[in-house]
Amino acid sequence: MSNKTLRIEGVTRTFPGRGRAAPTLALQPTSLEVAPGEFVAILGPSGCGKSTLLRIVAGLDQPSAGSVALDGAPVTGPGPDRGMVFQSYTLFPWLTVERNIRYGLEERGLPEAEQRAIAARFIDRTGLRGFENHWPRQLSGGMQQRCALARALANDPEILLLDEPFGALDHQTRELMQELLLEIWQADRKTVLFVTHDIDEAVFLANRVLVMSARPGRIKAEVAVPLPYPREWTVKTTPEFGALKARLMAEIREEVRKAAIA
Amino acid sequence: MQPLKPVSPGARLVLGAGFFAVFLGAWAFVTYGGHVPALFLASPGRTLSSGWSLLTEYGFLGDIAVTVFRVVGGFLIAAVMAVPLGLLMGAFKPVEAFFEPFFSFCRYLPASAFIPLLILWAGVGEAQKLSVIVIGSVFQLVIMVAVVAGATRPDLVEAAATLGSRPVSILRRVVIPAAAPQIAETLRLVLGWAWTYVIVAELIGASSGIGHMIMDSQRLLDTGQMIFGIVVIGVIGLVTDFAVKSLNRWLFPWAAL
Ligand SMILES: Nc1ncnc2c1ncn2[C@@H]1O[C@H](COP(=O)(O)OP(=O)(O)OP(=O)(O)O)[C@@H](O)[C@H]1O
Ligand SMILES: [Mg+2]
Repeated sequence: MSNKTLRIEGVTRTFPGRGRAAPTLALQPTSLEVAPGEFVAILGPSGCGKSTLLRIVAGLDQPSAGSVALDGAPVTGPGPDRGMVFQSYTLFPWLTVERNIRYGLEERGLPEAEQRAIAARFIDRTGLRGFENHWPRQLSGGMQQRCALARALANDPEILLLDEPFGALDHQTRELMQELLLEIWQADRKTVLFVTHDIDEAVFLANRVLVMSARPGRIKAEVAVPLPYPREWTVKTTPEFGALKARLMAEIREEVRKAAIA
Repeated sequence: MQPLKPVSPGARLVLGAGFFAVFLGAWAFVTYGGHVPALFLASPGRTLSSGWSLLTEYGFLGDIAVTVFRVVGGFLIAAVMAVPLGLLMGAFKPVEAFFEPFFSFCRYLPASAFIPLLILWAGVGEAQKLSVIVIGSVFQLVIMVAVVAGATRPDLVEAAATLGSRPVSILRRVVIPAAAPQIAETLRLVLGWAWTYVIVAELIGASSGIGHMIMDSQRLLDTGQMIFGIVVIGVIGLVTDFAVKSLNRWLFPWAAL
């Protein structure tokens, strides 16, 4: 269970142009507060600055203006309190599944027995039992992302930043991964910031969905998802789910069209 | 033949051995057929018998050992200096900005041109032989290792940072392991170049070694011995290359080599 509040205040990001090119305004002033244990999904058209925002929260990029703070402590760089799962596969190819999951624990200098016990727990929870000693290149895409999730979770971060973690997976695998993530979140109630293109995914998982405008991005709408937890996949067929989806679709269609024309 | 279509291991072996056979055949044809005077080019049989007498009567094994010692010694000295510096340059851009222009300049200085100077400085002993190899390899190695280390996937570095790694630990736990297989390949390549430098060093002002033997044989107009010496270098090169390749595959099972 997380207990720290994430506060994003007036965060802006402009990428300097190369040579004579004009600078790119990727993110307009964005403010957001995420309470401990919330699951917030960020939905928006391609190129609207979702990754930029997440990377700033992770400390991997610096805002041009504004600030990010976790329980009042300003974020100045990456740290183990903000775990991240990237859209690309980022397991360390030279480490086995188990050693990948132990990476952050080794960094903290935990005794090996403890590392192994924690890794074993997350191997079980992500269904990777039997693959502990495989190299990443021997895993399917879905398994690699489960391992990346286990690696982030094993480190016990305050906040989990997920940047389209299932974006490269096929539809069926993706749905299984959503259920797995939801199960884990329902058990741990960690604060999650989840970026996605997929409306179903956002509604199914989150208790709050933010819609971002086309570039330069800003938060243009906020939709609460009052569906009760624990949620099962069957919730996707309920009229409430359908209504929320329709509303978000209307919000985002406009932006996607703008992004496509721009 | 389809472009880029792989060939089976068996066929690869047969084809590879095939060209050796063609080459030997051509050699035998021009020498046994009397198309070139024996003084200029010894026949394969003559080369083998010269080689046998070199090994049994003239202590050529000692020369081989001396040359191998020089190559390995010079190469190790170069590697010990170049690999850590190259890693630091690849990982930390200010370090690279400091050293890279100078080393890129040094890289184009031909090692053989240093031999007269080195003889002046270090005489004709082992120190001079080793220096030629070190000068020939170290700058190439530094630059190549820096490029390899600098090509570490940035998303892996970022993943490590979000897992709590600080810069030194990122260097140790991400950049070095990520670059290791490529660095091993680079070392294999540069070891091959070290062989050419040692022979050049031994052709000038040496009293032992394969290169010295070849020089001596030239004075006696013994082309059989000269060719045997050259072939020995080739065989040692081929064997080390194969051994290092297997070692790399064994060391880095995770890399799909
Ligand atoms: N390092 C960079 N240098 C220059 N421009 C950048 C850089 N990173 C991102 N941008 C620009 O900022 C904008 C937002 O990028 P960002 O990656 O945040 O989009 P996104 O919403 O994550 O898109 P997607 O859904 O396709 O991943 C884009 O227009 C992109 O071109
Ligand atoms: Mg993105």
